[in-house]
Amino acid sequence: MLKNFFPNKILALNNNLITSLIIFLIIVVIIGIIYSLLISPPDYIQGDSVRIMYVHVPSSFIALGCFGFIGLASIANLIFKIKIMPLLAKSLAPIGCIFSLVSITTGSLWGKPTWGIWWVWDARLTSMLILFLFYVAYIFTWKFIADFEKANKISSIIGIIGLFNLPIIKYSVNWWSTLHQPSSISLTSAPTIHYSMLIPLAIMFFAMLIYSLIIFLMSYKTEVMKLQINKKKNQK
Amino acid sequence: MLSKKVKLKIFLLFVFLIATSAVIFFVLKSLEENVVYFFSPTEIYNKANISFDKKIRVGGLVKPNSITKGEKSINFIITDLKKEIIVSYEGLVPNLFAEGKGVVAEGKLKDRKYFIAAKILAKHDENYMPPEVSKALENSNN
Repeated sequence: MLKNFFPNKILALNNNLITSLIIFLIIVVIIGIIYSLLISPPDYIQGDSVRIMYVHVPSSFIALGCFGFIGLASIANLIFKIKIMPLLAKSLAPIGCIFSLVSITTGSLWGKPTWGIWWVWDARLTSMLILFLFYVAYIFTWKFIADFEKANKISSIIGIIGLFNLPIIKYSVNWWSTLHQPSSISLTSAPTIHYSMLIPLAIMFFAMLIYSLIIFLMSYKTEVMKLQINKKKNQK
Repeated sequence: MLSKKVKLKIFLLFVFLIATSAVIFFVLKSLEENVVYFFSPTEIYNKANISFDKKIRVGGLVKPNSITKGEKSINFIITDLKKEIIVSYEGLVPNLFAEGKGVVAEGKLKDRKYFIAAKILAKHDENYMPPEVSKALENSNN
């Protein structure tokens, strides 16, 4: 599995694959939009504003997932010094960053018609904002620290510390009283979302995963190229 | 086998992770009063040092059949099914504000049983379903 992400493999990656992924993405997004806007029913209390969920929940999942990977990659990176780990993590960071912002924005748009307020400083919303700030800090260390080894170390430490925030985000709604409702989807119990709403949620999640994969492949390829150019420069 | 250097690093990281978890745990524990977004009526009832001029939030369910609307004001009871607090409020309530549903009121306590709200927020639960299903559920319960 990991072998497919080795630099020579990724450089050989055909642009046709990306193009076909983009076409596939467009098809899935169209199906997802039709399903979530037209076919799926309105909610019994919230009415049509429940449809924001189909963007909000998948974005939050991906934002958390990306940082989870960045954190684990940072650990592997500090201990074993695996060369491709920082490149993988670095390519994932902008994706997670954007999706955490999407999650916060759509959550805010959803909060106004349902709760009656755009933003509150409850544990869930605040910890999600902290996740976004961790992403910003992680990206900025790579951007503004020119020396690779130094940037690698600092960003890895940020990645590991940020890892602690993830269970706090996940369980904030159970540990403390929050305005945000508890999770509807969990590993241990049946989802509390009706299946007619779970289908568009799953399609939209799939669409965002493909999108993330495309962006990831493109930026990872760029990172590998950059590294090899730097290597050649240093050899001269 | 793992080299000595790698083993040392794993050990150090392990110590770091445990120490950081402990620090975060105690910080959050001591900040609990600020981390919770609202208090339940029972918590307010049991609270030792309660302040009557500081803004606080009370949350729970709107007790069924407790809403009384005046010309401008609205009164209702917040319950956590153990203790209750009467809330008085002037202004618009959110669309999802309804009897039997979740609510968070922000304002000041007059006494432990009476609350003057400056802001009302609706809190909804984690259940999502189409109207027909909810009706069918109601019918099967009756």
